[in-house]
Amino acid sequence: MAEFFAQYMPAGVAYTLTALISAALLLGVVGVGALFFIWAERKVAGRIQDRLGPTRTGGKFGWLQSLADGIKLLTKEDIAPADADKTLFRLAPYVSLAPSYAALLALPFADGWVGWEINTAMFFLLAVLGLEVFGVILAGYASGSKWSLFGGMRQAAQVVSYEVPLGMCGVIPVFLCGTMSLTTIGNMQAGWFTNWLIFHDPFTFLVFWVYFTCAVASVNRAPFDLAEAESELVAGFHTEYSGLRWSFFFMAEYNSMLVVSGLAAVAFFGGWNGPVPIFASWKAAGGGWEIVANLAGCINFIMKAVLGVMLMIWVRWTLPRLRIDQVITTCLKYCVPLAAFCFVGALSWQLFDLPSPNDWVPAERAGRAAVREPWARGTTGSTQSSAGTSARLAQGSEVHR
Amino acid sequence: MATANREQIIELDVRTDELLVNMGPQHPSTHGVLRLVLKTDGEIVTHVEPHIGYLHRCAEKIGENLTPRQWIPYTDRMDYLAAMNMNLGWSLCVEKLLQYELPEKARHLRVIIAELGRIASHLVGMGAYGLDLGTFSPFLYAFREREKILNLFEEACGARLTNSYITPGGATADLPPGWLEKCEAFLDQFEPVIAEYHALLTTNAIFIQRTAGIGVMSAEMAIDYGCTGPVLRGSGVDHDLRRDGEERYTEMYDGYAFEVIVQKDGHYPRDHDYPPVPPEAVLGDCWHRFYVRMLEVVQAIDIIRQGIEFYRSAEGDWGHPIKLNTKLPKGEVYLETECPRGQMGFYLVSDGSAIPWRTRARSSCFCNLSVTEELCRGCLLADVPAIVGSLDIVMGEIDR
Repeated sequence: MAEFFAQYMPAGVAYTLTALISAALLLGVVGVGALFFIWAERKVAGRIQDRLGPTRTGGKFGWLQSLADGIKLLTKEDIAPADADKTLFRLAPYVSLAPSYAALLALPFADGWVGWEINTAMFFLLAVLGLEVFGVILAGYASGSKWSLFGGMRQAAQVVSYEVPLGMCGVIPVFLCGTMSLTTIGNMQAGWFTNWLIFHDPFTFLVFWVYFTCAVASVNRAPFDLAEAESELVAGFHTEYSGLRWSFFFMAEYNSMLVVSGLAAVAFFGGWNGPVPIFASWKAAGGGWEIVANLAGCINFIMKAVLGVMLMIWVRWTLPRLRIDQVITTCLKYCVPLAAFCFVGALSWQLFDLPSPNDWVPAERAGRAAVREPWARGTTGSTQSSAGTSARLAQGSEVHR
Repeated sequence: MATANREQIIELDVRTDELLVNMGPQHPSTHGVLRLVLKTDGEIVTHVEPHIGYLHRCAEKIGENLTPRQWIPYTDRMDYLAAMNMNLGWSLCVEKLLQYELPEKARHLRVIIAELGRIASHLVGMGAYGLDLGTFSPFLYAFREREKILNLFEEACGARLTNSYITPGGATADLPPGWLEKCEAFLDQFEPVIAEYHALLTTNAIFIQRTAGIGVMSAEMAIDYGCTGPVLRGSGVDHDLRRDGEERYTEMYDGYAFEVIVQKDGHYPRDHDYPPVPPEAVLGDCWHRFYVRMLEVVQAIDIIRQGIEFYRSAEGDWGHPIKLNTKLPKGEVYLETECPRGQMGFYLVSDGSAIPWRTRARSSCFCNLSVTEELCRGCLLADVPAIVGSLDIVMGEIDR
């Protein structure tokens, strides 16, 4: 986009304009996403629990409910407790929301449709998501309430544990694809769904679930929502918050959910590539056709990400909450070794070029999955790539090896 | 928080401090207005002190100014989740003083109603326990079924929560026509639903992790503290007033076949297909207390089914409520009944007038709650709701 604007104006202005447009679009994603997910959560929870959920505001399905709630929160008094550290207390919601918003910057919504194309997107995303907890810890510390302090303390303990396996799970697609660029990782999974990394081998299939567990824990959702554990800590770190500041925590939570499931969609579920390559030829045609193909890809990606969020909602309304020691046990005793084991397993699978589900798909049988291509070339010395795979490789930007 | 002076903190470098936290009386998981003062060392709770009295309404004193039938609505408000069972306890106590002989039909009517009340109460106990552990859905699944029981109650007596149905002398009215069929239909529908609760809670891996081996209470300790009901039986003490109680109470259950729900010789009754006891569970822990309640629901269904058969073929009528101003004979009586939460006792002293000279209620939850301090010592913060929830207390009954 910057290049497009640069044709008509000085480069500096063009880049600023591009940045502003991207930021505004992503802010829209955060806002609309939060509104939608809060509505969806209430609706899904209602259905799960034999209720209706919101039905009045905005027609039959109550789809304006979260907007109405947002307006209500906007007009509420902003209260800071007398014992609170006022500055930090006011700062905490922003510290919480900003990283989860920033993480969206590097998340590609379709091939090339990304706020900021960087070749270390995976690293950036995981690092920035980890920052979100500072808001929670800050809120817990600054509230001047004992329950909040417990929440902040738990969050600190929890996040230190879960960042490790989460990073290990994220590293597997990075190693398999040979790049940290999410756009390239996504493009390498083009073609039939058998190219998706989750179907790459049994280990990646397993590691996706480890990733999902850790992701749920890292965004503070049940059964790992210890920081706000309402039956123990009243409301945990946001006990003392009201109005818009409180809703910022809420938005951050829902946005992080979207980001981690979006990351899962790119890293394991082929990102914007549908299960069957319908739009492949459109994409190759370029021009307007490519935009249509990318739009379809974007819808594809959003559907996958929303599906991930729905899974989290479903889990939340089904399972009881774990205790703090059990949360950390789950992480250190199960998730970390499992992720490490899968890391070795998945890499060996690729290194020895073991069978792939591609063999059962007629259209894909001829070539080798794009992901396996560079590795196979390295070990066998041959370059038996099919036309399809090299085209796919070429679609992505360069492959960082 | 930090009370030590600055030099000391520097000297000890990293020192931890005890944190005094007030849990309740307004707290999501203290079941009403219980207040627990916790001393915590990080996540570990070193001391718990329950404070009660926030719901005290002088029910006993009021009872000394009203006739026994007038006091019935006040018993409703003691254990408001099992109002029928409260009515029954007081009615039996007054009948004992009056030496009243109950008609056969009224006896079976009372069994049906009391056991329905037990199911309703255990459903709330189960659902609320799920809430304490952080899962919301079982609570609503429990309320969905409880609502149907309340509908039956409403049809029988006009009230859903504070029933005032069972009265000294019988009940305020007979069961309406067609009620038994509706009750049977409910039982047929409800019985398979219990498997849902077992799937979501009893056999759920996280639920087992959170409850098995937590708050273990030995049989001796349970007896020492005067625990009763599912809390006592969860510790493996084979005691149920419906079988072991006073004759005036046990004769109500004459002819009914039921087994006391308790772990005997290493296993629970096997009359139904119950989920297995997980290997992590220790007798007397939160899981067993919960399990006993779940099994009692099934047991109550069986008893109601028998009761419906007996009621259909029974002679006599539904009893005649005593007159509001019936003169009570001189004397004193005490009677305990097996309520859903334990043994609820009523004590009545009469000086010969229509108004008791002294009334007193013995609360089961009061004794059950008294173990909190010992059970919670040294547990984690998250275990406090798990333990208090497993005792299934109702503050209305404790404070009266």
